[in-house]
Amino acid sequence: MATNRAEAYHWPDARGHFGPYGGLFVPETLMRPLDELRQAYEHYLQQPEFLAELDADLRDYVGRPSPIYHAERWSRELGGAQIYLKREDLNHTGAHKVNNTIGQALLAKRMGKTRIIAETGAGQHGVASATVAARLGLECVVYMGEIDVARQEANVYRMRLLGAEVVSVKSGSRTLKDALNEAMRDWVTNVDNTFYIIGTVAGPHPYPAMVRDFQAVIGRESRAQMLERVGRLPDALVACVGGGSNAIGLFYPFLDDREVALIGVEAAGEGIETGHHAAPLCAGRPGVLHGSRTYLMEDPDGQIIETHSVSAGLDYPGVGPEHAWLKDSGRAQYVSVTDAEALAAFHVLTRTEGIIPALESSHALAQVIKLAPTLRPDQLILVNLSGRGDKDMHTVAAQEGLQL
Amino acid sequence: MSRIAARFADLAARGRTALIPFVTAGDPDLATTVPLMHAMVAAGADLIELGVPFSDPMADGPVIQRASERALAHHTRLRDVLDLVRQFRARDAATPVILMGYLNPVESMGYAGFAEAASAAGVDGILLVDAPPEESGELVTLLRQAGIDLVYLLAPTSDEDRIRKIGAVASGFVYYVAVKGVTGAGHLDLADVNAKLTAIRRLIPLPVGVGFGIKDAETAGQVAAMADAVIVGSAIVGRIEALTMKPEHIPGAIGDFLAGLRAAIDATDRARGLK
Repeated sequence: MATNRAEAYHWPDARGHFGPYGGLFVPETLMRPLDELRQAYEHYLQQPEFLAELDADLRDYVGRPSPIYHAERWSRELGGAQIYLKREDLNHTGAHKVNNTIGQALLAKRMGKTRIIAETGAGQHGVASATVAARLGLECVVYMGEIDVARQEANVYRMRLLGAEVVSVKSGSRTLKDALNEAMRDWVTNVDNTFYIIGTVAGPHPYPAMVRDFQAVIGRESRAQMLERVGRLPDALVACVGGGSNAIGLFYPFLDDREVALIGVEAAGEGIETGHHAAPLCAGRPGVLHGSRTYLMEDPDGQIIETHSVSAGLDYPGVGPEHAWLKDSGRAQYVSVTDAEALAAFHVLTRTEGIIPALESSHALAQVIKLAPTLRPDQLILVNLSGRGDKDMHTVAAQEGLQL
Repeated sequence: MSRIAARFADLAARGRTALIPFVTAGDPDLATTVPLMHAMVAAGADLIELGVPFSDPMADGPVIQRASERALAHHTRLRDVLDLVRQFRARDAATPVILMGYLNPVESMGYAGFAEAASAAGVDGILLVDAPPEESGELVTLLRQAGIDLVYLLAPTSDEDRIRKIGAVASGFVYYVAVKGVTGAGHLDLADVNAKLTAIRRLIPLPVGVGFGIKDAETAGQVAAMADAVIVGSAIVGRIEALTMKPEHIPGAIGDFLAGLRAAIDATDRARGLK
C-alpha cells in the first residue's frame, strides 16, 4: 500500500452519499425495505460465515480467482506499455456480473426472500441472476427492454432455459433504463417476498456501495496478482463504464494507490458530437434518476434522453454515483470511444490473442489501443476484460452485413 | 394560511370530504388541460393534482405512464405546466393546485427558480414521488419561503419513525398510498387502510388523503368514510386515454365521471353527519 496518502478513501457516508452524489431518491414504499436491505448488507458483510460461503461459491461455482493474462503479442504490436487482461470473461456465465448476483442472492436467502427480480441490458446480468436463482431454487423474473430482447436473443433463451421468466418491457425507450423502471415497479408491488438484484453500481443506497463491495473481488485479486507476477502495481487501470460495476470493482481496491491512473471508458456511440451516445460522464450533467443523484443524459427540461451504443450493456443514460464522485474529485478520468473504435478493438484482440471479448469490454480495449503506444515498454496497463463476446456474434456479424 | 390549509379548514367545517382528481398536464394536449381543470371543479373537485410528465415515471402504472408519454410526445415542459396553472388561476382563485411528479425536472430548472416560478404561477403544493424528506432539505426551505406546501406520500410500509419524520416536514396534507404498488394497481383492503390512517392521525396533525386503487364511485364512497380526501388518478386518466382522438369531449366526460364520485362521497358524508 502507498504510504503517503493524505486521507484514506471513505465513501459513501452513512446516508449513501458520495460527495453530492448517490443518496436515496425513491418512493416512500421502498424506504423501509431499503433500510432493511442496508442493515442486512452491513451485518452480513462483517459476518465470517457469510463471507466464507461467498468465498467458497466464488471459488467453486464461479471459478475464481480469474487469471491475469499478459497479452504479449498485442503489447508488442502496439509498441508501448505491457498490457495485462483481467480475465472476468472466464467466469461462469461469461462476465463479471455473477460476482454480484452470487453475493446478493446469498443475502436474499438470509433475508427469507423467495423471489428475485432483475433488470438487464445485454442480458449478462439477467443470465447471472437466473443462474443463481436456479441454483438456490428461487423464483426469478428478469425485465429486459424490447429492443434488447431483439438484439440479445441468445441470452433471452439462456435465461428461459435456466427457468427465469423474461418480461419484455415496451415502455419508454425500451432499453435498460426502462427495464430498471419496470423492475422498480415490480419491487414496489411485491416488496414483501421479493429481492431486487440490481446489476450495477447504480440505484438507491445501499446498492451502489453493496454492488461495489461484491465486485471489488476483481480489484483485490488484480492487486495481489500484479504484485506477485511483476512485483509492482500497474501504471494504469482501464475499464468500460455503463452503470460502472466492472470498473468500480477493479478501481476500488486501488483508490488509495494514487500512483495508479484510473481510466473509465464510456460509449461514444456514433460520436459525442452526434448526440447519439451513452456517455453521461463525458457529455451529461448531474440530475436524479433511478434512486440516486449522478451524471445523466437529459434534455434542457430534465427529461432523460435516449442513448445509443452498439453494446447493449453500455446503453444507459446514467452511471453509478461513485463514478460521478471519482470524476469530480479527479481521482479517476473518464473518456469515451465510438462504436467503430470498439468494433475495431474487438477484431484486433480476437485476431491477435485468440480471445473474443464482449462489445462492452471492447470499449476498454479501444482505449488501450490509444493509450499503450504513449507509454514506455516497462510501463503496465491492466484492463478489465469484463466479459466474453459469444453473446455478440449476431451484432458483430450484422455490422459486416452477415446474418447468422 | 395556505390555500390548501384554508380549503381543508372550510371542508372540515362543512363536514365534506375532499375529492382530488389527478390528471397529467398536456394529456392529450396543452389546450385540453385548463378547460378540463375547470370542468373538474364544476363537477365537485375540491383540489386538483396536476401531473408533471416525466420520461421515467417509476412509481406509475401503465395508464399514467402512457399519459406521460402522450404529454411528452409534444414536449410538455415543466414551464408549460406552470403556464397552465397561471391560465387556470385567471378564472379560479380558490381551488388549490398541487403539482405531482418526479424530482429531476425540478432539479433541472433549479430549486430556487422553480420555487419562484411556481409561486408566481399560483401553485399551492408539490408532491415529488422520489424526493423523501432526507433528500429534500434545501427544497423544503425554498418552497416554504415561497409559500408552497410540500405534500408527502406515506405507504403501507411506513413505520412510526417514518410517519413522524414525514410529519415534521409535510404541510398542507399527507397522501396515504393505500396499496403496495404503482398507481392504478391492486385492490384496496379497507380495514388495513383504516388501521393505518388511525396510526397516521395519531402522529400527524394534517388532513390525510387516500389514493392508489380508487377506481369507481363505490370505492370512493367507502374511502370517504375514513379519509379527509379521496384521490383518484388512473381511473380518470384511463377515460382521457379513451378520448384522445376527441379531446373536445374530455372535459364533459371527466366532469360526468367525477360527478358520480362526488355523489357517492356526499352520500357517505351525509350518513356520517346523521350519526
